Amino acid sequence: MTDLRTIAVTVNRSRYEQTVEVRLTLADFLRQRLGLTGTHLGCEHGVCGACTILFDGRSARACLMLAVQADGHDILTVEGIAPGPDALHPLQEAFRDHHGLQCGFCTPGMLTTLVEFLRDNPDPSETEIRVAISGNLCRCTGYQGIVDAALDAARRMRAAP
Amino acid sequence: MSGLIGRSVPRLEDPALLRGQGRFIDDIRLPDQLEAAFVRSPHGHAAIRAIDKAAALALPGVHAVLTLDDLRPHLRIDRLAVGLPSPSYRQERNRPALAADEVVHVGEPVAIVVAADRYIAEDAAALVAVDYEPLPAVGDCRAALGPDAPPVHRGAAHNLLAEFDMGYGDVSGAFAGAAHVLRESIWQHRGGGHSIECRGTVARYEPTEALLTVWTSTQTPHAAQRLLCDMLGRDEGQVRVITPDVGGGFGPKLVFYQEDVAVAVAALTLGRPVKWIEDRREHFVATTQERDQYWDVEIALDPEGRIRGVRGALIHDHGAYTARGTNLPYESAQTVTLAYAVPAYRLDVKLALTNKVPVTPVRGAGQPQGAFVMERLLDRAAQALGLDRAEIRRRNLIAPEQMPHTKPLKTRGGRAVVLDSGDYPACQQDALTRADWDGFPARQRAARAAGRHLGIGLANFVKGTGRGPFEPVTVRVGASGRVQVQTGAAAMGQSTKTMLAQIVADALGGDMANLTVTAGDTAAIANGIGGFNSRQAVMAGSSAHVAAARLRDKLLAAAGHLLEVAPQDLEIVGDRVRVRGAPALGISFGELARALGGTPGFGLPGGLAPGLEATGQVVIDDMAYANGSAVAEIEVDVETGAVTVLKLVLAHDAGLILHPLIVDGQIVGGVAHGIGNALFEWMGFDDNCQPTTTNLGEYLLITATEMPRVDVLHRESPSPLNPLGVKGVGECGVVPTAAAIVSAIEDALAPFGVRIAQTPIRPAEIIALIEAARR
Repeated sequence: MTDLRTIAVTVNRSRYEQTVEVRLTLADFLRQRLGLTGTHLGCEHGVCGACTILFDGRSARACLMLAVQADGHDILTVEGIAPGPDALHPLQEAFRDHHGLQCGFCTPGMLTTLVEFLRDNPDPSETEIRVAISGNLCRCTGYQGIVDAALDAARRMRAAP
Repeated sequence: MSGLIGRSVPRLEDPALLRGQGRFIDDIRLPDQLEAAFVRSPHGHAAIRAIDKAAALALPGVHAVLTLDDLRPHLRIDRLAVGLPSPSYRQERNRPALAADEVVHVGEPVAIVVAADRYIAEDAAALVAVDYEPLPAVGDCRAALGPDAPPVHRGAAHNLLAEFDMGYGDVSGAFAGAAHVLRESIWQHRGGGHSIECRGTVARYEPTEALLTVWTSTQTPHAAQRLLCDMLGRDEGQVRVITPDVGGGFGPKLVFYQEDVAVAVAALTLGRPVKWIEDRREHFVATTQERDQYWDVEIALDPEGRIRGVRGALIHDHGAYTARGTNLPYESAQTVTLAYAVPAYRLDVKLALTNKVPVTPVRGAGQPQGAFVMERLLDRAAQALGLDRAEIRRRNLIAPEQMPHTKPLKTRGGRAVVLDSGDYPACQQDALTRADWDGFPARQRAARAAGRHLGIGLANFVKGTGRGPFEPVTVRVGASGRVQVQTGAAAMGQSTKTMLAQIVADALGGDMANLTVTAGDTAAIANGIGGFNSRQAVMAGSSAHVAAARLRDKLLAAAGHLLEVAPQDLEIVGDRVRVRGAPALGISFGELARALGGTPGFGLPGGLAPGLEATGQVVIDDMAYANGSAVAEIEVDVETGAVTVLKLVLAHDAGLILHPLIVDGQIVGGVAHGIGNALFEWMGFDDNCQPTTTNLGEYLLITATEMPRVDVLHRESPSPLNPLGVKGVGECGVVPTAAAIVSAIEDALAPFGVRIAQTPIRPAEIIALIEAARR
């Protein structure tokens, strides 16, 4: 039960070296070991998308990975999206301005998913945005504010790349 | 005032949530904390012969395995007595704190396992050996009421939990003299709340203060405190309940659960904090849901399509226990006739126990079902009379000149149902115009010519909001000059803190950044009812308005005395009271608070009462009735049965709008829930009451690709019942949506003669209906 491994992970540009049980999920590692509780767990079976992180720049479900799989890799969580403590990422600003969040529980996964999507597709259509977030469940917003925020964020990011 | 009301000001909640710095229940991690998992019934119904904890306790890292026998020495009451009062109960079925010698639904908690972490706790839970003797289970609520049905609870005489009738007028006369009578049998299913955050509870006992602190993701913190005090035999000063950020409520989180008290007892007995976080599978089997209703109803009309009466019977699936009361079918029954002039009405309602997880409100709380029934009957009537569906509604909607309009119905608390304001026909027309209802037949013909099946549907609703009697708000200014707002209201994502801050800041200088709002902490305010029934803007909003106005008067009086200026010559800007026209002459909130905080041996300024604090506890017993009209335009793929919602218009009237962006967000979110109810959400059980949809792959929530853009239109008929003129909005979007969509699907399939009398309606069922109609 206590099979241990030492892993080295870069999370939000900081390097961490920790010894973990091999069965510890990546989500629990981020939340409990590193205190990065912005990565939320909504289903723990890969459907809701709240735990989405960027793993070497690509979106991944932190609930479906083990911490040991992150050894030697680079992770971005919601805590690492804003450029600094006094500024928000344009996507975060757009979420605020378009009421793209209500309870805020799905928000971290929405943001990480859209950070990746807008990086790869800076001028998306509404339909493309809807497809991009179709793996993220939101029970509050009906997605409208999120879609509007993503469209607006794309505009803002194109204007000030 | 500062002009904040009615503006889409930035939400107080957003900065932390956007950075991943919210504090949800699972984000709480206390020193020395242990973690819990529950042993749950794998049977729909079984007797418990024995529980063997030895193997679980032998596992390293396990601290305790507690069954009901272990909890009992710490409990004054070992059942959760939560049912709302009603004369209609035929038996009392409160949940035991943990199952005793019988389990009555899959997922019922049997034992709590406490370990060093959740991983070990789950390992150990699997090692608890419970010797079950399976018993017959009944899952169909109609069958449960049959003479030969197995009892849901061993030894019970029957499965009738409650029965009542509702109605008024000469029903038999209405039907006897009718030109048209249309009948319909309707099955309606609503599923779970499925907030993206599941439930969770953390408890800590501090012996030095004899204080039990319980953090829990609840919509009703004061009710949780009361239950804990009742069950543990402690007083209110010894139990503090705190609601952290809540990741969505949607109804099921208003309920107090077995896990809450079990975690509290574990923390008390082990002397260490204990945390339990529900996982999604548990949410499917242990969190309350809505479920099945079976309606047999008929409508009587005169030759012109005016309603003479509605009557029928409703059987409601109550689940295995009473976790809230008889309110759901009561609200369903009451909603049926609300929007329309119905001279005679009678509904016979039976609540049936079943061996399934208890049924309690999910967003809308029975009202979508009541609206659905009426709208289906009106569609049937329109078909029979050859009338346009909008026209038959126009002929029957309550007219604006009838407002306020008393319905011969009583709320569950015995108050008259008085529709307080609104123009229902105009609202319907708003929706029709925006959706281009009149132009639809041409669109439909063109589509059909191209082999596509478009349909349009309309549904109206009236919804009681702002459930009383009150929700307190205290506004206080301390020596720091900061304004503290404390309320019994509970925030679970509906922007409650922003709403209250907006109202308070509007009266107190306009600076929302100078406010701290505390919602959901029983130590902050003595009374509270909580968040449900679209009530908090009405009830807490009104109290905030009153409290802020009182505090404003006191700030002005105190400042007037200290500045030697008449209060009417003062204004409040930011955190200062200053002289109009001479802004340099002023005094800060902090200085005023210090002055009214008293100096030993000196009198208070102006003979004012001590302190800068005011509480509003506005009591409103009557409900504020919001209304609206939904038009859905859809396309059915008759080969696959897939339904695409092309357009959804919701014309809506919830009185004065405090914050347009938040109101739209509530409405669109409600519509999304309603589309899910119409097309996707279904909680399945097999014949043995085993749940068959226990993950989000089997149970479908709507995603962004199925969700249409919702076109929201507003009317603002102020409610005369509260000082702000507001009505509730949180549940409104859900109420008419399924009815409008099903009407639209039926319209699309009119060439096949398909009739639909159910929700959800899923692709395979649509194909089956088309094939049956073709035969």
